[in-house]
Amino acid sequence: MARTLFDKLWAQHEVLALGGSVSLIAIDRIFLHERTGSVALKSLRQAGRPVVDPGRVFCTMDHIVDTLPGRGDETRMPGGRAFIVETREAAAEAGIRVFDVRDPQQGIVHVISPELGIVLPGATVVCPDSHTCTQGAMGALAWGIGSTEAEHALATGTLRVEKPKTLRVRFEGRLAPGVTAKDLTLALISRHGSVGGNGYAVEYAGSAVRDLEIEARLTLCNMATEFSAFTGMIAPDEKTFDYLRGRPYAPRGEAFERAVAQWRELASDPDATFDREILIEVDELAPMVTWGTSPQHAVPVTGVVPAVQDSGTASEAYERALKYMGLEPGARLGELKIDAAFIGSCTNSRISDLRRAAAILRGRRVAPGVRAICVPGSMTVKRQAEAEGLDQVFRDAGFEWRESGCSMCFFAGGESFGARERVVSSTNRNFESRQGPETRTHLASPETVAASAIAGRIADARALSRAA
Amino acid sequence: MEKFDTLTAVAAPLLRDNIDTDAIIPSREMKSVSKTGLAAGLFAGWRYTAIGGREPNPDFVLNQPAYAGTRIILGGSNFGCGSSREHAVWALHEYGIRAVIAPSFAPIFFGNCIRNGIVPARLPSDAVAALAAWVEQDPAVHRITVDLEAQRVTTAAGASHRFELDEEPKAMLLEGLDAIDLTLKQRAAIEAFRARDRAARPWIYLDDPRTVST
Ligand code: SF4
Repeated sequence: MARTLFDKLWAQHEVLALGGSVSLIAIDRIFLHERTGSVALKSLRQAGRPVVDPGRVFCTMDHIVDTLPGRGDETRMPGGRAFIVETREAAAEAGIRVFDVRDPQQGIVHVISPELGIVLPGATVVCPDSHTCTQGAMGALAWGIGSTEAEHALATGTLRVEKPKTLRVRFEGRLAPGVTAKDLTLALISRHGSVGGNGYAVEYAGSAVRDLEIEARLTLCNMATEFSAFTGMIAPDEKTFDYLRGRPYAPRGEAFERAVAQWRELASDPDATFDREILIEVDELAPMVTWGTSPQHAVPVTGVVPAVQDSGTASEAYERALKYMGLEPGARLGELKIDAAFIGSCTNSRISDLRRAAAILRGRRVAPGVRAICVPGSMTVKRQAEAEGLDQVFRDAGFEWRESGCSMCFFAGGESFGARERVVSSTNRNFESRQGPETRTHLASPETVAASAIAGRIADARALSRAA
Repeated sequence: MEKFDTLTAVAAPLLRDNIDTDAIIPSREMKSVSKTGLAAGLFAGWRYTAIGGREPNPDFVLNQPAYAGTRIILGGSNFGCGSSREHAVWALHEYGIRAVIAPSFAPIFFGNCIRNGIVPARLPSDAVAALAAWVEQDPAVHRITVDLEAQRVTTAAGASHRFELDEEPKAMLLEGLDAIDLTLKQRAAIEAFRARDRAARPWIYLDDPRTVST
């Protein structure tokens, strides 16, 4: 029978059917970070349960760790140091590989996992972090879990999982210059709603997805959780295999070639049926930017704040979002003055993101009064950027250049943007107070963030590229 | 984990869509590596007048005297979206919440509820809205019943709505089972699976990642 990519991954990892639609699924990779992994390791230890196979477990310090130059264990988050120290101790005791504060490979979990070849096609990957779906871009079944489930995975090497339905999202056509994977995902969520993927494992497919480079595919899958999906995934292809070849934790030599031979089978059969299909024609898409407090509140950067009847949002929530964002219906996004610009996060902080932003910033200056920050997604990305001189481009333009980590993607009580400050951000969540108490976040691609930083207002990067 | 049978309790309407886990328990309220001490931070951004403060905001539903002893939340769609933090569920549980009734749940939050003895009941939005309207007439008296065995939400006014729940999570909640204990009973099957899988996909198995030179 014809099967989808998801069906194949599920079948390959199903240890047992447990009744109803729940199966016991074998877990190949468990990633932890100091924010939610610490509590799982600690609680497991208290229960006297060992980690069954530390060889499949990895841990990084990304969420709480400081991103200011010269950092150590001290962080701006009150009590943050304890999370770092306790995670380090618990991980050492369990025999887990930790990408610690000063490790040259440290970085945001969903950036370093593909970068180091830890996630592989056909692997099941879990992490107590909602953006684990990012890693599905490598042809893996990767999803976010809670801490209790992380304990379960650590103690048993498996999870009891309710089988989701399947949804294929086909992006067909060719992206116009200046339109990116970030714009694809915002377009999808704005059309189908922030709950549109609820109950589904989403496979992204179509010519526009095949055309995307690996880092862009990671961006696309990153926001499957903002679509309320179980996860997102993309069938692996030659680009995936080329990307992985030679990565530290990927198989080597002959073992790699044998793996590739099997990975080639990881695609939905041509006549496989999905529980649901969505088609999006991409040729006419423009760069997208959000106006409200949900990722579904996205419109073209050239657009306006929609009227309530065009907003896809109930009137009460719509009013609340506008009030929070300090906006009126009909306001042009392109006229909104900004206070800050942020390039970073597991959505858009990889080397290709930084290169595209730097291409816009080169020879230009951030507008007076705008605070601009760039946080590379990993120390590897940071070193690469420095080798290419991109750090100098960012600095010359007036950006702060940071150590890697989640940084101001979210507010944990430490560093943040100010109340009612308007921030254009390459991150994935524009929820109320996500980047700081009462901070107003507009999500966009790195090029839109860069162009906006220069203009001092939300701006269309395509106009700058044309002028250059 | 405590067992869930039938619960009749005060229910608080919070019908906003997309209530995210950061709204349920803000990051800044998760002050230590711990599953406890979280109830005071539940809905902190809405519940208190100032950030980091503890002065109750009288407008917030859980602060109103009629909603004292709330054990059920009536929520909007995509309840529990956002961060995977289980602290949201631990905070709800510590506060006393044992069921959330909403049109849809974010998947990670849903799983976290099951693992912590909270019933996540999916009902159509008009049913949730009707329950909320009835509750609001007299919150302390108009209590809602969640019958897990029958998979029904009922009221004394005669409302009765069935919610769907897969048999496995239902059994976990009804019997208060510890999932790890349950799974460890399948150790032999897991080990047999691993042996087969290791032969088929040797590259997945890393002996000690700490020794890989990067
Ligand atoms: S960068 Fe932001 S979204 Fe990504 S893992 Fe870190 S906090 Fe989460």
